[in-house]
Amino acid sequence: MVKTKGKRGRKGLSMQGRNAISGYLFILPWIIGFVAFMGYPIFQSIRMVFSHVEMNAEYHRFDTEWIGLENLRRAFFVDPDFTRFMTEEIMRMVGLVIPIVIFSFFIAVLLNQKFAGRGFVRAIFFLPVILASGVLVNLETNNSLLDLVSAQIQEQNAMRANVTGVLESIMVSATGAGGVMDTFMETVLNIINQLYNIAMASGIQILIFLAGLQAISPSIFEASSIEGATAWENFWKITFPMLSPMILVVVVYSVVDFLVRTDSSVMEHIEIRILRMLDYGFGSAMAWAYFLIIAAILGVATLIISRMVYYYD
Amino acid sequence: MTRVGTARPKAEKKQGRVARYFERNRVSDGYLLRRDFARVVSSICRVVLLFGLCFLIMQPLLIQFANSIMSTPDLLDPTVISIPRNPTMGMYRMAVYLMNYWESLARTLAITFTASFLQIAACALAAYGFARFDFPLKRFWFVCVMLTILVPPHVIMGPLFMNFRFFTFFGLTNVLPINPPNLLNVGGYFLMVATGMGLRSGLYIFMLRQYMRNMPKELEEAAYVDGCGKLRTFMQIILPDAVPMLVSCFLFAFVWQWTDGFYSSMFLTGQGVMSMQMSGVSEAYRNWFISAVIDAQGGHGFAPPLAETQQIISIGLMIGIAPIIAIYIFAQRMFVESIGQSGLKM
Repeated sequence: MVKTKGKRGRKGLSMQGRNAISGYLFILPWIIGFVAFMGYPIFQSIRMVFSHVEMNAEYHRFDTEWIGLENLRRAFFVDPDFTRFMTEEIMRMVGLVIPIVIFSFFIAVLLNQKFAGRGFVRAIFFLPVILASGVLVNLETNNSLLDLVSAQIQEQNAMRANVTGVLESIMVSATGAGGVMDTFMETVLNIINQLYNIAMASGIQILIFLAGLQAISPSIFEASSIEGATAWENFWKITFPMLSPMILVVVVYSVVDFLVRTDSSVMEHIEIRILRMLDYGFGSAMAWAYFLIIAAILGVATLIISRMVYYYD
Repeated sequence: MTRVGTARPKAEKKQGRVARYFERNRVSDGYLLRRDFARVVSSICRVVLLFGLCFLIMQPLLIQFANSIMSTPDLLDPTVISIPRNPTMGMYRMAVYLMNYWESLARTLAITFTASFLQIAACALAAYGFARFDFPLKRFWFVCVMLTILVPPHVIMGPLFMNFRFFTFFGLTNVLPINPPNLLNVGGYFLMVATGMGLRSGLYIFMLRQYMRNMPKELEEAAYVDGCGKLRTFMQIILPDAVPMLVSCFLFAFVWQWTDGFYSSMFLTGQGVMSMQMSGVSEAYRNWFISAVIDAQGGHGFAPPLAETQQIISIGLMIGIAPIIAIYIFAQRMFVESIGQSGLKM
């Protein structure tokens, strides 16, 4: 642990030095946990990226042999699926995360208003948090028999016409194929079609925003209303800036949650390599390349959003 | 509005009220009517929207519930869709028996409460450190926090498993004359969780840090001026004000712990936690069915009927998550209460 001692020794520490020590004391439990439990596995996993790995059961460790960038070369230039899966996932992520953030923001503001049955409605919006977590995600597909049946049902559903499909064909025939209107309609209808997925994926985001809304002191609204601000102005001048730190959290969470969810095609691809084929080196190489790209996406998103984020302090 | 005398006839009373309303509206230059109209329209929109979305979320569960109380003839009858002719709770009793429900409920509650509490305590401490203090290497450690959000544990499962199975602490136990301890048990899990390495701990640190950064500094400064130490300030000023976010984090931790299959299968094997029971119920049903059939008929039929397997999975899911919903309904009151709290304090 680093102790920043002031120039005049322990007793005459500057305010800054004392703050640094307190800061370290606050995060000390976390640092211990990270170093003892997570740091080493992460380090080992990164080392595997550049190695050929064999399990050594006798000495309880992995035997690694340094092979440089070979695994990464294989991931990007030899493996036929990896880059394709990755670009597909990222494209889908962009199309889903933006609606999710807007939707959950809107719903959180709605659920924060006072109305009869609010507790009940909040409970229902919490359900997706439960249903989209842990073992529940593939509870029904774990059973091989049911898996077969559900595949058949999906096939049948795909053949059956749905409401938006009919609507779309009407719209297209009315406005004529092609043109700006067409692509616009397509995007809108896509979002409507995905409404269930969006609602199911934004349970956590709604709760984050809801908690953020509680932090806004009612007295601020009171003061601005007395000064004559309308509800619209209150929303944009108070609610939005005060919630902006939470927007950053929600964007980061949504991006990570979507890209590393267990049933994403990239993660499945990696998992097959690591868990079934025990090809640790190649699997880790793909995983870390993927994480690096996600980190870059997060970095860009954070830079853009940080400009809008307002901190009260 | 002034009170109307009780002696007047009802119709006149009503007319009087309407007339007075328009009189007040006229005095306010039409503001009153506009405001009330906007209120009614917005609440109608809200009801329609929320009802639609709630139905969207609830519908699959409602169907599962309807299926779960059907008897076998209902399940096979194509004319029965969502309202069963002969509702029965028989399969519920079966699921409770197969999942060893009550015992596993008690164990899971104990483990989940302890783990979530430890986790949120560790995360709140770290989040406050990151939110308010400046120290060397702060950015490096925060990048490490983000790394724990980003890297899902199943990717580093191999090394992680080895690290806990033979916990050498950077080779320290190789020097000392002891065998590396096996931390793949409940104690080891609590140790890991209490040091902020539990499931998605990084996310809670990030959430709490963002929240705490947005809290006014004046209260803490006032506390320091009054001679309050840093830990006491944290306990008595910061934590009470961060209750909404702490409750959210606790709820997430609770839900994810409850339904987690990864760490449960690594650390909590043999504990019979709910997530394992939920995912194992179809297998348990199959085994029970095969043994029952073999007992009764001497080895005919190897797979249980599909409809009933589906039913037992749905029931397992529903009775498995029912306790979380109960806890959520209780906990969401904290959201409301804390408004008054922060309003009072500020």
